This record gives sequence, C-alpha cells and structure tokens, in this order.
Amino acid sequence: MNDIAKVWWHELGEVFHDGGIIIFVIILPLFYPLLYAIVYGTEVARDVPIAIVDDSHTALSRSFVRAIDACPETQVFAKCANMSDARHLLMKRDVYGIVHIPTTFESDIRDGRQTYVGAYSDVSSMIYYKNLLLPCTNVSLEFNRNIKIDKLSSAMSDREQAVAKMPIDYQHVMLYNPQGGFDSFILPPVLMLIVQQAMLLGIGMAMGRVRENNHGYAVPQSLSTVNPLKIIFGKLFFYVPLFVVLALYMHIGVTHMFRLPELGHYLTAIAFLIPYVVACCLLGLSLSAFLYRREDTILLFVFMSVPLLFLSGVSWPGSNMPLFWKIFGSIFPSTYGLPAYVRISSMGATISDVSPEMIHIWILIAVYFIISCIFTSRQMSRIRRQN
Amino acid sequence: MLSVFKDRAMRVWRIAMREVRTFEHRPLLIFCMLIAPIFCVFFFTDMMSEGLPAKLPAGLVDEDDTQTTRQIVRILGSMRTTDLSKRYATFSDAHAAMLRGEIYAFMYIPAGTTQEAIASRQPKISFYTSDVFFLPASLLMKDLRTISEMTGMAITRATLQAKGLNNGQIMGVLRPIVVEAHPLTNSYLNYSILLTNGIVPGIIIILILLTTAYAIGMEWKRGTQKSVFRHLADNSVPIFLTGKLLPQTILYTLQFWAMYVYLYVILDFPCLSGMIPMMLIAFITVLAAQAFSVVVFGIFAGQMRLSMSACALFGVLSISLAGFSYPTTAMYPVLQWVASLLPLRNYFLLYANQALNGYPIVYAWQPLLMMFVTMALPLLFLRRYRTALTQIDYKP
Repeated sequence: MNDIAKVWWHELGEVFHDGGIIIFVIILPLFYPLLYAIVYGTEVARDVPIAIVDDSHTALSRSFVRAIDACPETQVFAKCANMSDARHLLMKRDVYGIVHIPTTFESDIRDGRQTYVGAYSDVSSMIYYKNLLLPCTNVSLEFNRNIKIDKLSSAMSDREQAVAKMPIDYQHVMLYNPQGGFDSFILPPVLMLIVQQAMLLGIGMAMGRVRENNHGYAVPQSLSTVNPLKIIFGKLFFYVPLFVVLALYMHIGVTHMFRLPELGHYLTAIAFLIPYVVACCLLGLSLSAFLYRREDTILLFVFMSVPLLFLSGVSWPGSNMPLFWKIFGSIFPSTYGLPAYVRISSMGATISDVSPEMIHIWILIAVYFIISCIFTSRQMSRIRRQN
Repeated sequence: MLSVFKDRAMRVWRIAMREVRTFEHRPLLIFCMLIAPIFCVFFFTDMMSEGLPAKLPAGLVDEDDTQTTRQIVRILGSMRTTDLSKRYATFSDAHAAMLRGEIYAFMYIPAGTTQEAIASRQPKISFYTSDVFFLPASLLMKDLRTISEMTGMAITRATLQAKGLNNGQIMGVLRPIVVEAHPLTNSYLNYSILLTNGIVPGIIIILILLTTAYAIGMEWKRGTQKSVFRHLADNSVPIFLTGKLLPQTILYTLQFWAMYVYLYVILDFPCLSGMIPMMLIAFITVLAAQAFSVVVFGIFAGQMRLSMSACALFGVLSISLAGFSYPTTAMYPVLQWVASLLPLRNYFLLYANQALNGYPIVYAWQPLLMMFVTMALPLLFLRRYRTALTQIDYKP
C-alpha cells in the first residue's frame, strides 16, 4: 500500500511540474468543452438566404414565395429576373439556394396539371440543402391540400374539408433533441471523446517525461523495486479519480450550462464513467509504450480524434459501417463509450440498456491491464539488469 | 547579385538536406507525413463508401394490423433509406429498443386507424425519431413523412378513381405542386463527397501545423538552434525557416496531389475546375498552414510543447469552424471572423468554388487573399525568431 502511495505521489509530481501536461489533464478538459459548445451554440441554422426566380408573376406564385419566406429556415435575399442573375448570387455566396417558379405555375394548377417548382441548392454543407428543401416541401404540401379542397368540394362543411385535406393525420415527434440542434447532437459524444483524448495525451506526456529523465526507461529509478502491479494501480488511483471528477464536471456542469439534454441519472452516469475512465487510462498506459518524447504524444494522438468520432458511429450511422472498421474501432474505449454515453445522458438509458457496450468496455479493461502489466514488468526487469 | 542568390539557395538546400537526414531518426515524423494522411483518405472514403446511408434500422408498432396498414408497411419496406424489419408489439417495446440503440426511429399506427379513416374521423398516425443521432434521424424522417403523406392520399385517390378520373388528372388534384430538388453537382447527396473533401484536408492541415512546430522546436530541444542559425543559415531567419520547412512543404503538397488523384480520378468525385487549379490551391494551403504554425511558434518562441498544444487546439477546432458539417454562416459572428483566418476554412471555400462548383476564381477572392495574408504573417515575427534563435534556450 505504501508503494502505491509512492507511485501516486511520484505521478502527482510529474504532472504538476510540467506545464505541458497540466494543459492536457486540467485545462483542456475544463475549457475545450466550453469552446466546442460555443462553436455550435446557435444550435440550428435560421434564415439561410435564398434567391427567387418567379417566372409566373401571379398572385398564387407570390403567395407561395411569401410562405417560403415566412418559414424559419429560409429568408428571401433577392427576387431575380432570371436564372443567370440568381446563379450569379449563388457564386458570390450571397445566397445558398434558388427557388424557380415556372411560367405555367398558375395555369397548370388551374387546368389540373402538375407543375414543377425547382429548388436548386449549394451543397457545400448539407444544412443548406436541408434548409431549402424542408420549407419548399412544407409549403407545397400545404398549398396542395388547399388546392385539393378547392377542386373537390362544392358544398362541404369546415370539418369535412379538414378531413378531406388529411384523411389520415400524422405527427412527427422528435425525441430527445426536439429542436434538431447541432450542439445537443454533437456535444455529448465529443465530451467523452475529450475525456479519452485528454487522458491519452496526459498519460503519454507524463510517460515521455519519465523516459526523457531516465535514459529512455518508462519507470524511474526511485521506483525500480516496486511491484509492477502496484505501479499500475498507483497510476490508476491518480488518473481515474481526477478524470471521473472532470467527466462529472462535463456531464453536470457543461450540459447544464449549455442546456443540453440531461436525462441521465447521476448514479447511472457514474456507473458508466468509472469503467470508461479506467479503460481510457489503461489504453493510455499501454499506448505510451510507443512514446519516447513528450512531444511525440501530441503528434500521435491529436489527429486521431476525428477518425475516432467517426468510429463511434455517432456521425456516420454505426449500422452502416463496414465490418473492417467496426473491428478496427473495437480497440478503442471511445467506440463503445460515446454511443453509450449519448444514450445515458441524452435519452435517459439505464446501465442495462447499454450493457453490450459496458461488456466491451470491461473486456478492454482486462486486455489493456494485461498489456500494461507486461510492458511495465519488462521495463523494470531491464532496469534491474542494468543496475 | 546572382552569386548572393546562389549562396542563399545553397544554404537553404543544406539545411533542408540536414532536415531530411533527421527524419531517419524520427519514425513518428515519417508516420505523420506519409502514413497518417494516406490512412485518413482510405478511412473516410471507405467508411462512407455507401454515399448516402441506406437501410437504416427502424421499427414498427402496428396495433391496427389491417390490409391498409400492411400496405403502408410494404411501401416503406421498399424505400431506400428505411429498413423496417423490426416489429414491436407495443409502444414501450419500441421505445426500449430505441434506448438500447437497436433502431433510430419507429412508426406507431394505433388500433382502429383504418376504420376511422373510412368513417372520415381523421385518425392520427405518428412517427418518432431519435434526434440525438442527427443524420439517421433526418433521413428516416424524410421517408416516414413521405409515407404518412401518401397514406392520406391513397384514400382520396380511391375516391377520385371511383369518380372516373385518370392517373394524370388524379395527380393534378393530389399533388398539383411538385418540388424538384436539385442539389447542385452532388445530385445523389453523397456524404462521402461532402465530408471527405473537408475532413481529410483538415487532418492534413492539423498534421502540418504539428509537424512544423515539432521540426522547428526540435532544434531548441537538442540545443542546436544557435549553431544552425549562425553557421548554416548565416544569421538569416528566412533562410533558417525555409530550409527547415522545405522538405515538409514538398511532402505535404505531394500528399494533397496524391489525394486528388484518388478522389477525383479514381473515385470520380466532382472536380469541375480540373486538377491544375486544385493542385495550385493545395500548394498555397500547405504554405499557409506552415506559415500559421510558424506564427504560433513565434508567439511562444522556443516553447515547443506550448506551441504544439496551441496548434492542436486550432487544428481540431478548425474542422468544426470550416463549415462543412454545420455551416459557418450560421455561427456567432465573432466565430465567423475567427474562421476566416483559418487555413482550413479558406481552403474549403476555395475547394467549393473550384472543384465542387466550378465557378470562376474571382468569386473566391476573399479566401484566396486571406491565404496570402496568412503566408505573409511570419514576416512580422522575424525579429522575434532572431531573438529566440540567439538568446532563448529550451525550457524542459
């Protein structure tokens, strides 16, 4: 027990004597989530500017345009005389979409023919496309219902008309993120990714520091007689409580501050966070076998963040991921931790709902515990041989 | 005049050659410059090789279970995006499956729907999407909505057929206004085209920022900065920096070009501008990213880890700020201003102008100008570098 305390104390000294490590284990987990939340803070894109080319010039086409303008997603930036004028605005990035109403718009409708409204969208971001198509579809559906009634009914009561408009009514319920916000979608998984990446960076850098000061050995001379198991437990006792606290700060503080969904029970969150943080810590201890300098850590781990987010199946749906990448992703705790955390924190899932993910995390804990034990004991026998 | 130039070129060359030799002892640098970008190109294109996700798992709670509702289900089953093979007996079963992550959405048809529809009592069907999974939820919403609209139309359609209207006339009553969607140059809404073209350059830029600061900082770490500056660079900061960074400029530019060959020639992603403008843009981007890193390193002169941390922060953040997932124009104005300084944002605007849309380059003068401004920024830090190179030592 005394030895574990010695390792704990040594790790504390290593971390707090190095500004670079403090950045990753304290400052990054505290402030990066805030920065991220602010980037997506507007949640949804409103009033995306569009151009209108109205070749019909009728009362009906004008009311169609007014209805589109009234939708929250879009705003009519300009009414253009022809398509090439509108295209010019598109090139200048003054508008991100064009709605074209054909010459025959009203006459087609009057004569009972279908008429085609064109919605042209810039797709440099999918949100532009969504924000153009959604109001156009909504407005056209509403118009269609009214036109249908005009055609069908001669003597209908209001109620009859309402039923004829929609013989079967429907409703769409957006669960857990009713505003369809980007912050509420991306931030919960990113929080857990930050936990893992900060741990990998911090642990790797602390290891690099030890190696730089001890002729390349991963264990300092002063601890060379300690049992390797105790070294690993000493480090676990240092990093795990620290990061559980930081993760709880994210889970409670950040989600509350930015009004993200917080349906998860605190006890469920803790029951998830402890094994997740342990798995990340042991992964860090295992991976730092490859790191000899402090700066190498940054080179290796930072760029991995984006692929790791994709491997978790949060942005690109996990159900449609090629098998090879599923297998590749299975070596990282984040692959299971991110979706599990999203379901706990945003959807109110219990531990039994995320049990497949939890089992994977426990398997990773076992595997990385063995790997880090082997690595540490090899390092120590090398030091002893040298002594 | 010519001999002075020749002498300078020789010095740059000698520092560059020395730099290449140090790569041999730094396998991690080789990994970042050669393997990581190639890995990312294959990773993202293969991950999203489907283009638009198909057959997303969704559930169905059909309490009505009549011929009409079964027909709805059959139509939904034939749609590209939705896989409606999972059935649940009750609403709470479907909800529990959603919590377990088995389905992204489900449709609920209450008992008596058909009966009420026939009796003109306007029943209501519902669909639920789990919007914490943004992409599958919005794709499924589209399908489920179409089907809900069609269900209502099917009943009117039967009435109209009975009145003797033909198909064209019926459609003129049911759907007089049709919205035709034209997503320009990416007509299948291929997410791989959209995201790969932004994320992979984003990761390469992160790597450029990091390896630039790493390569410059290495001199301090090894304590060789003074001798290199004095003897090899002839006390000239531009010669020192050019020599140090030239090998990386060449390597990363080649990486970009190789990526273009893979994306635009082999995978046939849209490149309406042709390859040559994009190759030039890539070269400019590499230089701008290196300049950005040189500036950051200049601010933290000699503090290698701090400057690498700052580069990592900017690099990862710029993937969000560049605007290919959530548009920059929808962010807070101050962030839009910050984004306009980032090489990735400017690269993305130039890419959208050239390769994606094939517009004349004059329309992208702003990002192009910002790239050149970024490239010129290190000139403001020459004095600081001189001080750092001659007076500041590595702080462990």
